[in-house]
Amino acid sequence: MARSNKPAIVVGAGPAGLCAAIELKKAGASVILMDENSKPGGQLFKQIHKFFGSQEHKAGVRGFDIGRELLAESMELGMDVRLDTEVVGIQKGLQVWAVEKREKSYTIDAGALILATGATENALSFPGWTLPGVMTAGCAQTLINVHRVLPGKRVLMVGSGNVGVIVAYQLLQAGADVAAVIEAAPRLGGYGVHTAKVRRSGVPFHVSSTILKAEGSQSVEVAVIAKVDERFNPIPGTETSLEVDTICIAVGLTPSIELASLAGCEMMYVPELGGTMPRHDEFLRSSVPGVYVVGDIAGVEEASTAMEEGRLAGIHAAFSLGCMDEATMKERTGETIRRLWALRQGMFGEKRHLAKKRVVEKEGGNLR
Amino acid sequence: MSGEMKRKIEGAPSLDELKAAGMLPSIEDMERRPCVCIECVEEIPCNPCETSCPNLALTVGSPITNLPEIDRELCTICGLCIAACPGLAITIKSIQGDKARIRFPWEYLPLPAAGQEVQMVDRLGQPLCAGKIISVVNPIRNNKTAVVTAEFPRTFAQEAISMRRNDA
Repeated sequence: MARSNKPAIVVGAGPAGLCAAIELKKAGASVILMDENSKPGGQLFKQIHKFFGSQEHKAGVRGFDIGRELLAESMELGMDVRLDTEVVGIQKGLQVWAVEKREKSYTIDAGALILATGATENALSFPGWTLPGVMTAGCAQTLINVHRVLPGKRVLMVGSGNVGVIVAYQLLQAGADVAAVIEAAPRLGGYGVHTAKVRRSGVPFHVSSTILKAEGSQSVEVAVIAKVDERFNPIPGTETSLEVDTICIAVGLTPSIELASLAGCEMMYVPELGGTMPRHDEFLRSSVPGVYVVGDIAGVEEASTAMEEGRLAGIHAAFSLGCMDEATMKERTGETIRRLWALRQGMFGEKRHLAKKRVVEKEGGNLR
Repeated sequence: MSGEMKRKIEGAPSLDELKAAGMLPSIEDMERRPCVCIECVEEIPCNPCETSCPNLALTVGSPITNLPEIDRELCTICGLCIAACPGLAITIKSIQGDKARIRFPWEYLPLPAAGQEVQMVDRLGQPLCAGKIISVVNPIRNNKTAVVTAEFPRTFAQEAISMRRNDA
């Protein structure tokens, strides 16, 4: 295959984007990695816990250390990283329009475009939700772990998925008290080992419970919670008031699909993976030739799966740009796919595994 | 109610569930020798305990969602797995005379100090009894997970899992 003289553009320098860019660069492709933030790493630098997985997934390493390793690797490779750079348009033929530092605007003809734009935390509205002190769990995590600011002294966590219980634990580590973790479903969502470490620290869990309202004159002073029935309707008479100054919302994430939509990628609705997301094949190719989607945009999972997806797309894009021969691509994608599916085993992974399989099979394993 | 259902409501495994899973050493086991206690009852993709063990006493195998198994004959109670477990699910417990000892992972600051009096807690975070810190180790290898040894009355050997957070 003739080598393309056009660069690959990776949008989003989180775990998926960094890994995609590293694979491309290692294969000798010209790569531009763009991120709208002033620092790369996505959400990795606020992940202070040790990751799960196996050694090849960097298990046991804390998220921010994985971030440092990936950044060091990018720097060694001489990566063209453009920070404070927003991609604001994608035109046919993969013309990528970017605005850098709100000063410069330019378009680049990309040979391949890898969208690693992540996901957005879901909101939950209730009376009092605009009071200062109500925030997403990810916001609280950024405050404590990146900016080292404790948002409050006593916190109610709404949502018991891994994000809710991990952030509850990290709030405890940061010196806050967690009044309770509540969950609307009749069962806790997160890994048992995460809930166990929060519980033994004295934090109560309330399943089949929701938040009714937040009260306070200037900011949150009280959260009123109540039990819900099987249809998630609050049961009158079960209200409890909790004195808290912070309410964290951890009720899931939704893929950030704006750029994929702009690029014309076909979408599909996959509730297990966060909702509407671009259809893609096993190499993370979207329905638009040359456009790949990796990480949470391609279905909300974890940083470890995001990294493997990034690598997979990076390897395949390197091949499609003529920077890698077919045999090497097949070998490298094969081993990456094996590592990726290993992360989707077991009772927690199974739902995501089946959902991802559905997405890929819809493509017949091959879009084009 | 099944142990699994209970755990998914309360957040922590019960003694019954751990016992049924073969993850609760008996009083006799702990009297005989210190026992690695691995409270890992869900199939999650994770195996750093296996790779941390220099004696190949801990096995997860393939797929990595298998639950870990400990071979007590091969285990030398070195404790490397305590800090290696990302789920903070491993402790080492022993009983000698009327005292029990636990080595547990600890990621809250300030760290406790040797000799300090603390409250031991059960898996639901309820205070059980007074305990005394024997040692606190936090080598670089642990990657910021300290390992605390505490001593407490033997009656609570199975219930005790950690210490009260704000005692440190």
